[in-house]
Amino acid sequence: MLKIRIIPTILYDEFKMVKGINFNSWRTVGNIIQAIRIYKIRQVDELILLDISATNKNKEINLDLIKDISEDSFMPLTFGGGINNIDQISQIIKNGADKVSINTAATKDLDLIYEASKYFGCQCIVVSIDYKIENNKIVIYTNSGTKKTDLNILDYIKNLEEAGAGEILLNSIDKEGTMSGYDIKTIKLITENSGIPIIASGGCGKPKDMLDLVKKAEISGMAAASIFHFTHNTPNNIKEYLQENAIPVRI
Amino acid sequence: MTISKNKKNIVIIDLGISNVQSVLKAFNCFEQNVKISDKIKDLNEASHLVLPGVGSFEKGIASLNKKNLYDTLVNLVEVKKVPILGICLGMQLFATYGFENNVKTKGLNLISGEVIKIKEMNDVRIPHVGWNNVNFLKKNSILINVEDNSNFYFTHSYHFNCSNEENVIAETNYGLNFVSIVKKDNIYGIQFHPEKSLKFGIKILNNFSNINAQN
Repeated sequence: MLKIRIIPTILYDEFKMVKGINFNSWRTVGNIIQAIRIYKIRQVDELILLDISATNKNKEINLDLIKDISEDSFMPLTFGGGINNIDQISQIIKNGADKVSINTAATKDLDLIYEASKYFGCQCIVVSIDYKIENNKIVIYTNSGTKKTDLNILDYIKNLEEAGAGEILLNSIDKEGTMSGYDIKTIKLITENSGIPIIASGGCGKPKDMLDLVKKAEISGMAAASIFHFTHNTPNNIKEYLQENAIPVRI
Repeated sequence: MTISKNKKNIVIIDLGISNVQSVLKAFNCFEQNVKISDKIKDLNEASHLVLPGVGSFEKGIASLNKKNLYDTLVNLVEVKKVPILGICLGMQLFATYGFENNVKTKGLNLISGEVIKIKEMNDVRIPHVGWNNVNFLKKNSILINVEDNSNFYFTHSYHFNCSNEENVIAETNYGLNFVSIVKKDNIYGIQFHPEKSLKFGIKILNNFSNINAQN
């Protein structure tokens, strides 16, 4: 049986690991290399690394960092931040990442997703979507939550699937860093209207938040950061808790 | 061939479309005589061949042809009996044919079968991504000290529909039971990614490297 993945997310700016609230007030919560080392020791299901300032600062992708991280990492690695062309994806994968996460560029150029999935296979292409709820409507934001778009999320996801996206990483800006539980309503709506794996992110503060979500929405993975930075919980103890509650996880 | 019996020379074939670095690093956990190459000379000197890959069947075969490796590979594997391990797309390329986007592409035809899309059913999402159990159907030397039913990391939309049941070593369930390990003589194919599957994944690679050429 396919397991629900518990995926620590590492947000970073240079070598600082950062964490915000609602994509704002970023503060440094540690050193990225140390954090990754711990997740490697804990043998997590997968790791997502996102450079939160890459797009806005128009930064070059830090390939050395990807190479260092993947050196002895025998688990799947997803890397994102500032990706907007095939060459970059090729370099990132050659340096050891398994998947790339594309956000802003996907909203501007669906052909990038089409070309990338044709070239590298759809399993390699994760599209990350940041959204807020405004007047009861789902509004997609880009550029690390700073630019509003007028995309309809369900149409957008349908187009992404057709273009060949392999997974969607869905981030609630409203919930991010609040540790107040996932945005179950929206996540449920998205999973009911999509045929590719959905990874939910934003709001996890305790193991029960994950249980509440997985019971209601057919998600493939649950990403989280704050719970691992600021509480005693580890991916493993959350998985043990989920298993006690009959959720399929890899122990 | 001028390989001494004891000296390993593992060659990871670079199709130019995937993360071969992580396969190399995984082998390096137990063996240093491993290299990534797409040169015929290196392939000819290999004690063990590894064909990793992700992406499309058509692109995989096209890449082998472009690098002039297709015939070399078939000859080394079928005539010289060099052990080969196909990973993910690499395993699928062993098939007779691949079907992707309604295009029929001739495979390496090392193990009889076809590569087809995972059936779209209401209850499964495609691609099949994540950790899933591998159920061993037969004993095999590449599974020594690997626990039956362990979880391995998968990521694929197509699966190998094997013509001969005797070639099926292990199965995995995702909406249907599909082949997760195939074997015929010196040819081994794995649908999941051992290089991304932590300790049992590394163990499988290690077991493969301990298989001796048959002549």
